[in-house]
Amino acid sequence: MGEREIAIVSFAEVIVERSDRDDCELLLPVLKRALGDVGLTQQDIGFTVSGSSDFLGGRPFAFVMATDVLGAWPPIRESHVEMDGAFALYEAWVRLQHGDLDTALVFAFGRPSQGPLHDVMSLQLDPYYMAPLRPDALSLGALAARAALDAGLTSEDELARIAGERRGVPTSTSEPYLREPLRAHATPTLRDGAAAIVLAAGDGARALSKRPAWIRGLDHRIEPHSLGARSLTRSVSTEQAARGAGALGFGADVAELHARFAHEEPLLSRALELPASTRVNPSGGALAQDPVMVTGLCRLGHAARAVHEGAARAIAHATSGPCLQQNLVCTLEAR
Amino acid sequence: MSGPVTRFKSPVRFVFDVPAGPTVSRFLAAVAEGRLFGQRCPTCAKVYVPPKVACPRCGDPLSPEQLPVKETGTVTSFCVVNVPYEGQTMKLPYVYASILLDGADIPFPHLVDAEPADVRMGLRVRATWSDALGPTLESIRAFVPTGEPDAPFDAYKEHL
Amino acid sequence: MSDVMRAPYVLEYGYRRSTGPVIGQFLTALRDGRLVGGKTARGRVIVPPTEYDPETGDAVDELVPVGDAGVVTTWTWVAEPAPGQPLARPFAWALVKLDGADTAMLHAVDAGEPSRMKTGMRVRARFRAERSGTILDLEAFLPEQAS
Repeated sequence: MGEREIAIVSFAEVIVERSDRDDCELLLPVLKRALGDVGLTQQDIGFTVSGSSDFLGGRPFAFVMATDVLGAWPPIRESHVEMDGAFALYEAWVRLQHGDLDTALVFAFGRPSQGPLHDVMSLQLDPYYMAPLRPDALSLGALAARAALDAGLTSEDELARIAGERRGVPTSTSEPYLREPLRAHATPTLRDGAAAIVLAAGDGARALSKRPAWIRGLDHRIEPHSLGARSLTRSVSTEQAARGAGALGFGADVAELHARFAHEEPLLSRALELPASTRVNPSGGALAQDPVMVTGLCRLGHAARAVHEGAARAIAHATSGPCLQQNLVCTLEAR
Repeated sequence: MSGPVTRFKSPVRFVFDVPAGPTVSRFLAAVAEGRLFGQRCPTCAKVYVPPKVACPRCGDPLSPEQLPVKETGTVTSFCVVNVPYEGQTMKLPYVYASILLDGADIPFPHLVDAEPADVRMGLRVRATWSDALGPTLESIRAFVPTGEPDAPFDAYKEHL
Repeated sequence: MSDVMRAPYVLEYGYRRSTGPVIGQFLTALRDGRLVGGKTARGRVIVPPTEYDPETGDAVDELVPVGDAGVVTTWTWVAEPAPGQPLARPFAWALVKLDGADTAMLHAVDAGEPSRMKTGMRVRARFRAERSGTILDLEAFLPEQAS
């Protein structure tokens, strides 16, 4: 059975250092822009799905409040994932494959400035062996970084170079360690933000966009949770998702990778078998701006925008869980 | 301590610093002055107290104009709380109600200071303010019955 | 946006975890000062054990003793420990592959300073004197030459 032709036709994001707005105030202009740019309103949307984590602000079921900005009456088809918005986009894509709906709105929001994000992230760890130890997310990233260095996959010089390029600032290995072997420059720059993407199928997409970013393939895979029960130096789930999404040998002009730590870029580039001709993270990625729960959806948005603006092919990657536990790969192309 | 381990405690505690956002902050600043207001949806014309960022029905931002609302209103629904839990300020049993302020279209939840047996749908109530006003709905100590005749069901049936 | 109000908000959950048969046996052994792993159908030993083989999903129901010492497979240094972490003084997080195990476990290494840490070093478990049946009954690993 052939997959239905589906494209990203619109993308909007807002990313700020520290937002004083609540989730609705942050989302409202982003949703209006994503829809307005292609001349749509919520009433034109067949399926709406969001990604966020209530733990960022500590208020259970906060995501329900965000539906205030949708105008969800009469009741709309709506869903939510407690994950990065990229995984919500996967649900939307699958939903559109059913064939009865033609458009989807995917959005994400996150304000890590409200709390001790790196500590809060320990709540995603297994509750028996890892979470009670309270390891912070930076420390777990550093364990994987050391494994990559020990395996000769990268070097501290390369991490500094990658971080400098993504952040657009000078970096040096003379900076102190934040979590040895990671320096602050090789860790994510936390931001508050929101983003929205509009998906459309077939001729609907052609009517909405002069140059839709067609989804050629989309897949995501997950590995064992325990860091000691899987490889930290080879992203098997990215390799599998890359095969599933047709990313190997795709020849992308641009790859937007959800690398929260500098060492994850070479790891992911290797799993995706990216050629030297592919530009990696021209947006700066999570090292420059990491609106947690939104960052992955932004990778899809920036990859799509590259296609909208002339690239022939682009790859987007998003991740979830500690140390690249789960990975999503999407191939986008102009037709 | 020698039997098999079947359970363990794993408490978590995190402290967040939550911004109210401009919309809620404006309302809470008014509450701290002992004043309530509503905001209207430009599309469906419904008045929200407290104001929301957007009309959940229409998805449109509410008009910024601060509309005066009365401190009197109608109990549209209620429950009697008999279960103790942390943070309660009222003595059990007490009444937690949906209150439709006069001039508003959407009820909001607050306490009713009355004998639970005397509380009913349609009961007319008035806000009583706390001696210590602050940017919190606790500035309204509770709503108390006004003694007026009950509002007829038709008066609030569209606001349940 | 200086008019925007902010307020502290405390989230507290008193989680009580039920352990199930396999994790329960591991935590019982830990409370009694012993370390065990789960033996999978393919003969691999998973430490700490899960009810399933993380690679195949097959049930794991045989628990076997493993050593209380092992090898650091990767590590990082925490200069300022957070409340609730295994140690209050600076320590290393490490993945430790115990003798007889095929997977590594996350825990703290009480090494004093980062210069004493090295991938491949041997460490030995130090148990808390008072144990209650949680992963924190293992206080930390110690570098072997110092123990």
